[in-house]
Amino acid sequence: MDYLLHIVIIAAIYTTLAVSLDLLAGQTGLLSLAHAAFYGIGAYSSALLATALHLPILVSVLAGMLCAAVVSLLVSVPSLRLHDDYFVIATFGFQMILFSIFNNWVDLTHGPLGIAGIPQPTIFGWQINSNWKFACLGLLFACFAYFVVGRLSHSPFGRVLRAIRQDEVFARSIGKNTLKFKVAAFAVSAALAASAGSLYAHYISYVDPSSFTVMESILVISMVIIGGPASTWGPLIGAAVLVTLPEALRFTGLPSAVAANLRQVFYGALLVIMMMFRPQGLVGRYGFGR
Amino acid sequence: MNALRCQIVNKSFGGVQALLDVSLRFPPSGITAIIGPNGAGKTTLVNVLTGFVRPDAGHCYIGAQEITRWPPHRIARTGVGRTFQDLRLITQVSVLDNVLVACPAQRGERLLPALLRFGVAKEETRNCAAAMDLLRFVELESRAHDLAGELSYGQQKLLALACCLATQASILFLDEPVAGVAPQMVAEILDRLRAVSCQHKGIVFIEHDISVVREIADQVIVMDDGKVVAQGSPAEVLERPEIMEAYLG
Repeated sequence: MDYLLHIVIIAAIYTTLAVSLDLLAGQTGLLSLAHAAFYGIGAYSSALLATALHLPILVSVLAGMLCAAVVSLLVSVPSLRLHDDYFVIATFGFQMILFSIFNNWVDLTHGPLGIAGIPQPTIFGWQINSNWKFACLGLLFACFAYFVVGRLSHSPFGRVLRAIRQDEVFARSIGKNTLKFKVAAFAVSAALAASAGSLYAHYISYVDPSSFTVMESILVISMVIIGGPASTWGPLIGAAVLVTLPEALRFTGLPSAVAANLRQVFYGALLVIMMMFRPQGLVGRYGFGR
Repeated sequence: MNALRCQIVNKSFGGVQALLDVSLRFPPSGITAIIGPNGAGKTTLVNVLTGFVRPDAGHCYIGAQEITRWPPHRIARTGVGRTFQDLRLITQVSVLDNVLVACPAQRGERLLPALLRFGVAKEETRNCAAAMDLLRFVELESRAHDLAGELSYGQQKLLALACCLATQASILFLDEPVAGVAPQMVAEILDRLRAVSCQHKGIVFIEHDISVVREIADQVIVMDDGKVVAQGSPAEVLERPEIMEAYLG
């Protein structure tokens, strides 16, 4: 049972990440390779605040989200002036910078050793000390991300994001300051990714840089693409597929080293098949980008 | 709104001089046609005036306000609307949403009001009513909830006009508003342009079809090789044999 709950918790964390990235990549058409960096900012913020200052989880989550949103501004304001492939490359560069900081700022992050001993959280006296409690908390986080992204995408703000996704020139010609909208979407997306990072840190009780590499960004992008960009259930389905199906490999009797490599093959093959036969994802209406 | 004007505007792309010392004034009323052969600089001029292309030299003004280096969205907010030769619409969303997104200064476009929905519903109801009025004006009311991509080409041209009007523009730059459209739809679009002009809005349109220019333009500007070579009423300009022969074939 604990194993199943563990899958639910991980799926909830990835759903939060996928929903947050969908606001940027699916709704706005901005493919960012830096999502793992914001996930990491949330995780490290929570880890540091919980271990050094013993702050409650709600405070550390909010601090992580705020920190990620502020850092996103430093990235987005210059890089969002770039278009398409150049923007992707800029976010890749930022991801590499953040990873280097996680890995090399030893005084703050403890470098490759990571931060251990992150306490299990307590919310208004309710101690989250079992997998089913973490699963409830994970679902709450995913619901919160859904709520925020849903509210924004079904509002005039979301309408402008969709206009930017399909034709930014049109959006500018009707008087929309597209840079402002993209910066706002980037900040919200980063903040929600950070909330997933906070939950991850408290659940695993340990963070190190290897959890926040560019491969993690690519995994979340795969979830958005496979589920269906800019669709309500796409991120949830994408996260569920990519979290649960590889787990099935555990039961095939293959040696664990082989199964781990097969997982990467599975991701790659699934992406190729989706791009060939269903570019709009499992439940999406639009192809990626435009 | 005051007149839009440009003074001694120059623009080149590599070795090609797209605009050379162009000085023009566009009044916020009446219908002005810009004609000339391909590569004459007509679209570049509109791109410069609407902020999509920065001139190498020269100045653009709305009244006394210089707008030369302003970004397109800022110019659009001052009441300068435009459509494009290659139709630019959000084809994946509804016809109504295309018009709604063009409504200016919406509270629900700001992050916190969008999230918390403070005062957004009332504004949305108001904007929906205004958008439906515009769709009624261009006779697309019955297609309001269809995808914009499902409209015919002529209907998409009308939708682009409705979007432009939704921005509350006082002067509209329309790049080939009837090109590639079936004859009966041409008559409908011209009819709508006349109606817009009657609402005290200025219309500037680029056109190759001289019969269309004769039919609705109050003023004609002829361009060639990036220069303004003639300007005046259609009766004056289009009767000049050298203009007709040299520039229009």
